[in-house]
Amino acid sequence: MNNICQDTAQKGNLDAHPDLSVRIGSLCLRNPVMPASGTFGYGREYAALIDLHRLGAIVTKGLSLRPKMGNPTPRIAETTAGMLNAVGLQNVGVDAFIRDKLPFLRTIETPVIVNFFGNTLEEYGEVAARLSDLEEVAAVEVNISCPNVKQGGIVFGTDPRAAATVVKLVRSRIAKPLIVKLTPNITDITVVAKAVEEAGADAISCINTLTGMSIDIRTRKPRLANITGGLSGPAIMPVALRMVWQTVRAVKIPVIGIGGICSAEDALQFIMAGATAIQVGSANFADPGAMIRIVDGLADFCREQKVFALRDLVGCLEAPDRGW
Amino acid sequence: MKNLTTTVIFNREVAPGYLRMRVMAPDLKAQVQPGQFVMLRVRKGTVPFLRRPFGIFDIGQLPPENGNAEPLDYLELLYRVVGEGTALMAGLREGDPVEVLGPLGNGFNLRIPAGDVVLVAGGVGVAPLLTSARAFAASHNVELLLGGKTRDDILAVEDFKAAHVPVRVSTEDGSEGVRGLVTQLLAGRLREGRPALVAACGPMPMLRAVRDVCRDAQVPLQVSLESLMGCGVGACLGCMVKGAAHTEEHPQLLSVCKDGPVFDGDALAW
Repeated sequence: MNNICQDTAQKGNLDAHPDLSVRIGSLCLRNPVMPASGTFGYGREYAALIDLHRLGAIVTKGLSLRPKMGNPTPRIAETTAGMLNAVGLQNVGVDAFIRDKLPFLRTIETPVIVNFFGNTLEEYGEVAARLSDLEEVAAVEVNISCPNVKQGGIVFGTDPRAAATVVKLVRSRIAKPLIVKLTPNITDITVVAKAVEEAGADAISCINTLTGMSIDIRTRKPRLANITGGLSGPAIMPVALRMVWQTVRAVKIPVIGIGGICSAEDALQFIMAGATAIQVGSANFADPGAMIRIVDGLADFCREQKVFALRDLVGCLEAPDRGW
Repeated sequence: MKNLTTTVIFNREVAPGYLRMRVMAPDLKAQVQPGQFVMLRVRKGTVPFLRRPFGIFDIGQLPPENGNAEPLDYLELLYRVVGEGTALMAGLREGDPVEVLGPLGNGFNLRIPAGDVVLVAGGVGVAPLLTSARAFAASHNVELLLGGKTRDDILAVEDFKAAHVPVRVSTEDGSEGVRGLVTQLLAGRLREGRPALVAACGPMPMLRAVRDVCRDAQVPLQVSLESLMGCGVGACLGCMVKGAAHTEEHPQLLSVCKDGPVFDGDALAW
């Protein structure tokens, strides 16, 4: 990994090792591939199946100040080319994470990005404070796609002012690279993207799941106990790609693309649209080897295209002027 | 635990809507505990997107042939066609590729006191009990109580008989065995004498009834649960059930895939 985040790639070494390293703020990653929060547990769940050292980063299940029980079952349902989930952010809580989950992650030489959320503004600040001094935490990813229970349940991430307030508070409590994960369930994602950039975010990750629903016509019941849930998987990829492209054009900070990525070809579309890195979500369920395949596929593509450093492809989209 | 890309040896209907599928499973046999399961992917692509969980029906070895010095492990599933995924699976033929993730979860706890073991199955719930029956039979007297709606739902009887496990059958329509529910068979069996263990697999209403019968007779119970699953490895939290110690203040949610699929009857909130 001696060429991580060098500004210029070593020429002459192309066939063997294209440089896949990327930089998210001050965070350097050996490659741009990481799991999306909630699809990879706390890392250990997949340790027997894939080499965690080959990932760019590990992103944890979303944590809250206190343990959260989540929604009743059924919590998942398969849909066309994807899945719905309404897990309800079940997690062990930040203290149990630090006590029980982090020691394992300490043994893995891959940066750990801790995802967290708050039920209230204050909880965001409190979780950030508890993570701020932990050496093993390379960066944090703040989920603002959850309801503010003190403000009538309005989702923080759908209100640019609420989103900015959260980000400012977290920023004041933690010096680590701060990634803000945006919800797509909004008319114009760039408004919130600009708001969180201005509030001090170092990077943006998008998109979270799209709100959806499915009905079992035999039982006439919703297929999720929560009735609605978040849609993920290949079905959402074109929507995600469009929103990542819009976000990239709206902000100066790096954007991490998420949404239905299953292959290196999918990942490259996000990178060409301007994503600096990508996250793989529900594809991990279908194929635990998906992320490793993507890392290998990115290297293969660089060799094939004679690209020395993958980051040279970021935002290389040649968009037409849309005129006749 | 492995993620194998492997091939189908055979896939054939054994009763209307039920099939047995055998796949190559290199070096898997030594890893498998009775009652474990696998997540199966029947084809790459986006439909179906998620894998499906199946209890391991049988694991064995093909005799060496064609110059192979070593016997080759195989894995066998017994399954019912219930939706699009299993319908596609039913169309697989010899030589077709499949991906098998497993073995997963915790199987039956075989370290039990001396005495009889009574296995109770509803329909295709019999699948994870065959290897368990063989394992228990090494040290205990084992019998199987097998229930279904009709005779078409009574599966694998010959396999249990071949393992010297006697089988008693009930069907709801009386088309085979005793007319009624398998829990009635169980209640009758428990009146004959108290076994060391009841081990059950089937639909949740059946398992609840089995649990009530065992609780009343104070007989230890292990159950193998079915669930929708996303990942099979404890990551997606799609398959949670409430543990016996669960309260709103102190939640105890257990994952069927990682903490189960076999649970002690006392470990669950019924």
